[in-house]
Amino acid sequence: MNQVADLIKNLADQHGRKRQSLLPILQGVVEQEKYLSEYSMIEIAQELDLPTSEVFGTATFYSFLEHKKMGRYIIRVCKTITCSMKGKNQVLLAIEDMLKINIGETTPDGNFSLLQTNCLGFCHMAPAMLINNEVFTELTPEKVREILSVFINKKKEGGSNDYRLST
Amino acid sequence: MTTGYQLKRADFIFKNQNDWEEILSKNINRTPQELINELISSELKGRGGAGFPTGLKWKLSAEAVDDTKYVICNADEGEPGTFKDREILSKVPFKVLTAMAVCGHVIGAKEGYIYLRGEYFFLCMELNKAIAEFKFYCQEINFDFTIRIFMGSGAYICGEETALFESMEGKRGEPRNKPPFPSSYGYMGKPTVINNVETLAHTYTIFKYGAKRFYDLGVQYSRGSKLFSVSGDTPKPGIYELELGMSLADFVDEFGDGDTKAVQVGGASGFLVPRKRFNETVIGFQGKLTGISLPTGGSMMLFNSSRSMFNVLDNYLEFFREESCGQCTPCRVGCQQLLNGIKAVKRGEKNARYLDKLLRLAETMQITAKCGLGQSIANSFSSIVENFREEMIY
Repeated sequence: MNQVADLIKNLADQHGRKRQSLLPILQGVVEQEKYLSEYSMIEIAQELDLPTSEVFGTATFYSFLEHKKMGRYIIRVCKTITCSMKGKNQVLLAIEDMLKINIGETTPDGNFSLLQTNCLGFCHMAPAMLINNEVFTELTPEKVREILSVFINKKKEGGSNDYRLST
Repeated sequence: MTTGYQLKRADFIFKNQNDWEEILSKNINRTPQELINELISSELKGRGGAGFPTGLKWKLSAEAVDDTKYVICNADEGEPGTFKDREILSKVPFKVLTAMAVCGHVIGAKEGYIYLRGEYFFLCMELNKAIAEFKFYCQEINFDFTIRIFMGSGAYICGEETALFESMEGKRGEPRNKPPFPSSYGYMGKPTVINNVETLAHTYTIFKYGAKRFYDLGVQYSRGSKLFSVSGDTPKPGIYELELGMSLADFVDEFGDGDTKAVQVGGASGFLVPRKRFNETVIGFQGKLTGISLPTGGSMMLFNSSRSMFNVLDNYLEFFREESCGQCTPCRVGCQQLLNGIKAVKRGEKNARYLDKLLRLAETMQITAKCGLGQSIANSFSSIVENFREEMIY
């Protein structure tokens, strides 16, 4: 766990130890760790000299600050109206079928987590999804299978985290 | 079908930004009063949806007495059906940065922030490059203004200006009571101008061509052009810059698929307009001469006759239930009850008259909720239930 403590210390050095630094620090931990553990939140509270409850309160407010261990790739499928109208459910089914997980679950190998999210701002290219910070639009079951297989193969080759799909 | 006012395309926002250095250095040498007057006479109103006069906003912050002030660009574009701000930030970022700096000059701020929603993280790298280039030029001309990006983390409510300040201050994104308004008590309790991305981009147009060029577009009370995010059942979804003041009938004529049943104007927190009202509905701000005038942040979602309005409302309410910050009871509980209520009516567990109770609940939320989120749910709820009551029941 010392690694996390070091990460938090570095983030605090980078963003400062003021209350305004809290969100960037929480985001930094989530980016590295894929979630906020109780341990991380206590560490952050100590580093910024804040009550742990305040850190917990802020952390749990934001939907992108996960506090459950997530997979290396977090898939967020937009479920708001236009994506819904344009076949979001079929896309979800294709993902569930391919990864053998349901919404809210992570694959046993810890590579993929599947979530739904609110409007991603790609209504004109619906349905849309995010994989980590990368957007994929105008999805169909076929297209989403193709995208996922690239990610799966990449994993087998032991690729790095900053992988970008060329579309 | 048409009412005489044709759709008028405009092309300002995405036009080249190559002259930003010139616009910046020219305008920071004008007096704040001159710039404020220019904005006021252009009658530019906020393009995020609320429509507050931009010139007045800058004026109030300029008049506030404080050593530290802030300029914030609201890029927490979360309203369902809106996607114009992302396009502005990726295509013409220098217009936004320049406008922020000019605003800093007007009100006396040295720091600016772009609050970017977490979903748009992928814009960060390019935007930071632009900011670095911008900063370099500012140093060259000895103009002291620093812009930084602040990332959101997936919360619709943070688009509400005071919730956005709270979020930047490292707290839960819960809206504050107003007054005090941001112009006197904003980020860190300091006078703050907070403008939508598109509003800032329009000020660039005004500083470049003068107020009159902008004022000459649109109609009375709704001057200028506006970006519209068009989606749903349309053969040409996308972003379009149009003059304000068009009738919805003309809009549907252009963008409909020939079977348009209703249009949601202004996203989930806006109004649903059924076909029979297309002719009398005008897209602009309040105070339009005839008919109903609907303000909008630019979200236009078209629905054709294959769509169930129950499903649409169900989707909106689920959205609001999740995105309500939970701070005030009318919104927190109201969202849940509206959603449970329409489902109960649909399943036949409640009598159809129960919809009237739900309408009253929505009305109560409009009066008692603390911020725009809770207050505006009644817009879509009432307009859908009143116009498509049958679809709610059967």
